[in-house]
Amino acid sequence: MTMQQIRNFSIIAHIDHGKSTLADRLIQHAGLVNDREFRDQILDNMDIERERGITIKSQTVLLPYTSRSGEVFDLNLIDTPGHADFSYEVSRALASCEGVLLLVDASQGVQAQTIANLYAAMEHDLSIVPVINKIDLPSADIGRVKEQIEHDLGLEPDHALLCSAKEGTGVEDVFEAIVNRIPPPSGNAEKPLAALIFDAHYDPFRGAIVSCRVFDGALRPGDIIRLMFNGATHKVEEVGVFRLNRESRGELSAGSVGYVIAGIKSVADIRIGDTITLDSNPVSSPLPGFKNIKPVVFSSLYPISSDDYPSLLDSLEKYKLNDAALVYQKDTSVALGQGFRCGFLGLLHLEIVQERLEREFDQSIIMTAPSVQYQFTLLDGATLTVENPQYYPDPTVIKSSAEPFIRAAIILPERYMGAVMKLCLDRRGANPRITYPTPGRVEITFDMPLAEVVFDFYDRLKTVTQGYGSFDYELIEYRQSDLVKLDILVNSERVDALSIIVHRERAREWGVQVCDRLKEEIPRHSFKIAIQGAIGGKIISRSTISPFRKDVTAKCYGGDITRKRKLLEKQKKGKKRMKMVGSVMIPQSAFVSVLKAKDE
Amino acid sequence: MNKEKQPGLYIHIPFCRSKCLYCDFYSVASRAAIPAWLKAVQREVLLYKDRFHDFDSLYLGGGTPTILGERELAGLLECLHKHFTFCPESEMTIEANPDGLSRDKLKVIGSLGINRISLGVQSFDDRDLKYLGRSHDSRQALKSLDMVRSCGFADLGADLMYGLETQSIQGWRRTLEKILEFRPEHISCYQMTFEKGAPLWKMKAAGLVRSIGEKLESAFFIWTSRYLEKHAYQHYEISNFARSPEFMCRHNRKYWSHIPYLGLGPSAHSFQAGSRWWNVRSIRKYCRLLAEGKAPVEGAEVLSEEQLDLETLDLGLRTSAGVDLHALGDRLIMDEALAELQKSGLVKVTNGRIQPSLKGFLVADSLPLMLCS
Repeated sequence: MTMQQIRNFSIIAHIDHGKSTLADRLIQHAGLVNDREFRDQILDNMDIERERGITIKSQTVLLPYTSRSGEVFDLNLIDTPGHADFSYEVSRALASCEGVLLLVDASQGVQAQTIANLYAAMEHDLSIVPVINKIDLPSADIGRVKEQIEHDLGLEPDHALLCSAKEGTGVEDVFEAIVNRIPPPSGNAEKPLAALIFDAHYDPFRGAIVSCRVFDGALRPGDIIRLMFNGATHKVEEVGVFRLNRESRGELSAGSVGYVIAGIKSVADIRIGDTITLDSNPVSSPLPGFKNIKPVVFSSLYPISSDDYPSLLDSLEKYKLNDAALVYQKDTSVALGQGFRCGFLGLLHLEIVQERLEREFDQSIIMTAPSVQYQFTLLDGATLTVENPQYYPDPTVIKSSAEPFIRAAIILPERYMGAVMKLCLDRRGANPRITYPTPGRVEITFDMPLAEVVFDFYDRLKTVTQGYGSFDYELIEYRQSDLVKLDILVNSERVDALSIIVHRERAREWGVQVCDRLKEEIPRHSFKIAIQGAIGGKIISRSTISPFRKDVTAKCYGGDITRKRKLLEKQKKGKKRMKMVGSVMIPQSAFVSVLKAKDE
Repeated sequence: MNKEKQPGLYIHIPFCRSKCLYCDFYSVASRAAIPAWLKAVQREVLLYKDRFHDFDSLYLGGGTPTILGERELAGLLECLHKHFTFCPESEMTIEANPDGLSRDKLKVIGSLGINRISLGVQSFDDRDLKYLGRSHDSRQALKSLDMVRSCGFADLGADLMYGLETQSIQGWRRTLEKILEFRPEHISCYQMTFEKGAPLWKMKAAGLVRSIGEKLESAFFIWTSRYLEKHAYQHYEISNFARSPEFMCRHNRKYWSHIPYLGLGPSAHSFQAGSRWWNVRSIRKYCRLLAEGKAPVEGAEVLSEEQLDLETLDLGLRTSAGVDLHALGDRLIMDEALAELQKSGLVKVTNGRIQPSLKGFLVADSLPLMLCS
């Protein structure tokens, strides 16, 4: 197979525009599976991905294709994660391609991530093939979507392909466009090896399975490779390509995409975006674009029952084998005991980790309010980075503080603009820029503190736009901000796990919300419980749970005792799932509920 | 001391003239099955005659035990005495309702060796009685109290209910004043409870009746305790008052302290040597099983050490005597929690016993939970 017969491409799309369905259809069409084996969304192989309909871990698959002109091609479909949290992974996947299929839903039209994805593809100078999907829908409006492709995206609308991945119509045209409109890779097999790592999976028997794109040179079993970011060397055990399963090959040559197995213990030992070269004949400089990705959202994670700490530690270690982006370290809370402070790429990443720990590892956990990384400059000139409210510095020595800002891009039907503007302004959004790409639709960009969106912003946006608003963001910079630490006191005892760092103007609102939530969640006790929100010594919000006066059962004779004991045993078990703060029992649900979106 | 450990015998007599609206005990409003039931009880006695000896209490409960005719009662007692042994000076109680109680029946009851009458007075206010669906009125209640006393029963217990929607605290006070005129040796004051399965529970769910609310309930409770203690009654259990320790209901106290008891009749519960078992809740099934020579047992459990401890704590905290700390497993109670409860005045610790205060009584269902680790 020469480079002329290889095409490397990705499908990019806004969430729910049918990326996975199209990928499945291509796989089926290429004959990798017969119809009987065909299972919807083959590439999304984690339960969570199926349920949420989003791709979290990307996969790669080689599709054999014989074109109408009779030529045989290897088409490498490089799947990309579909969420802004994983934009770096997306960028590395795109760097491994020569072209993309830009998928647009025929009824929903161009959305925020469509645009963000287009920009990312343009940055990598990729050939872009617009594909209008879901043309079978009754609500499909191809004319309007073509107009958006022209105006919002600046692409030639007549070049857009029409298809229904669901029904299988237009799929042949997609294949033809891939071979005809996306260029073959270029590269030099004679040059020293330079291969870009764009993904990695963990296999319990083989360790890290590294997905890479070979730009120059070739990779063969037996080669001693060097990972350029840390200089570690490994002996290649196996190279190959992904069909639906791994298929080993004699080599991966320039221009091709495949996997390497080299006795690397876990995915945490490699870095996405790193360059693989040969130890004996290294390239002089790594491929461009490598970033050591850093978490932006932090939260502490505690086992519900402190006995489960070792099991949680074990689960995290195992989980981490397959998710290099998660970072964690030990953390201790007075209220919740021993746990872990974890860093995530974003809120979705956080939710995925939480869900997978609960589902796949059977852990019952409490998570604290997500935090971003704040910067403090002290009077003595020292600077401090704090992502854990426990380490908020003594306010009397703080000279200035700063928090990370994002640029949020929101596309929505015009009729929801008032509600979205209000939402963004409530969340300290500033600097709005409004454009009207096509009639009836608005694109708003706002500068907003990241802290305001890591919470429930996306849920709120969906609510106020009845699902029609789409959202994408990028981190821009740190900006000065008046930050305070808000503590929550239950009967005068500070519940450290509920402390947060928050902008002074938002502190009261947050304090009121937490006090109200806890009032609903903490059961009545035999004494009065005061819940307070406090900044330093100053109380800014409060609620009270009145005591119960009486709960005694009047009658307790022979026939009542067993029933009564069983109830008590059940309550006792339930109590194990409660956390004691002083003499107040706080149910796990209370810690979770304070994180939930407020229903308005 | 050993005498304290003698077992108690309970007979469930599941027949009533009519069903009261608050009651969830198993009984039927018909006399038809009495002969079959009586025969079955006599068979059940035989199953246990070698396992239980030397009872020092008998409790004929129901239902309405006094619905039994004089010959039926006599037959029952005769059978019990024939196969079981009773200690001298055993406490022998029969529950009675004011309606259908006659001097003649009381005389027979007395002649059978029954020395304690527990009379279901409930209230002296006819509105309350009607609300509860009782088949007697206050006039009958007064008359039956007179009869019990004049027939020479020296151990009289009166059951009363408070916290009814129809009842004011003054009305309740009048009921107590009235009952005190008879100086009963024992008074049970039950807080109105909407028992699941009882008609009032359904009426409450349908919004036809309601509870008086926690605030009033606790006011009634505290007031009642203070009032009766002022009149020299000891509040020895959540709902029970005795004129002196000797009149505390010996039989009922066995339930609260893991002393063995044998319960005969449909739905009756038994406890012996860490096991508890209970009979089927159906007269028909009960009779059939016994006719087939089988024990009419519906379920049974063997209590673990931990479960016994938990019950000891739970039941003990419902009594003024409280719980002996040393009798409990080492790890059951958290010291900090105990200190906290003492501080908040819900319990006190005297001579190694945790004893609930009046305020503690009110939250007795949560006390064990608060104490347990």
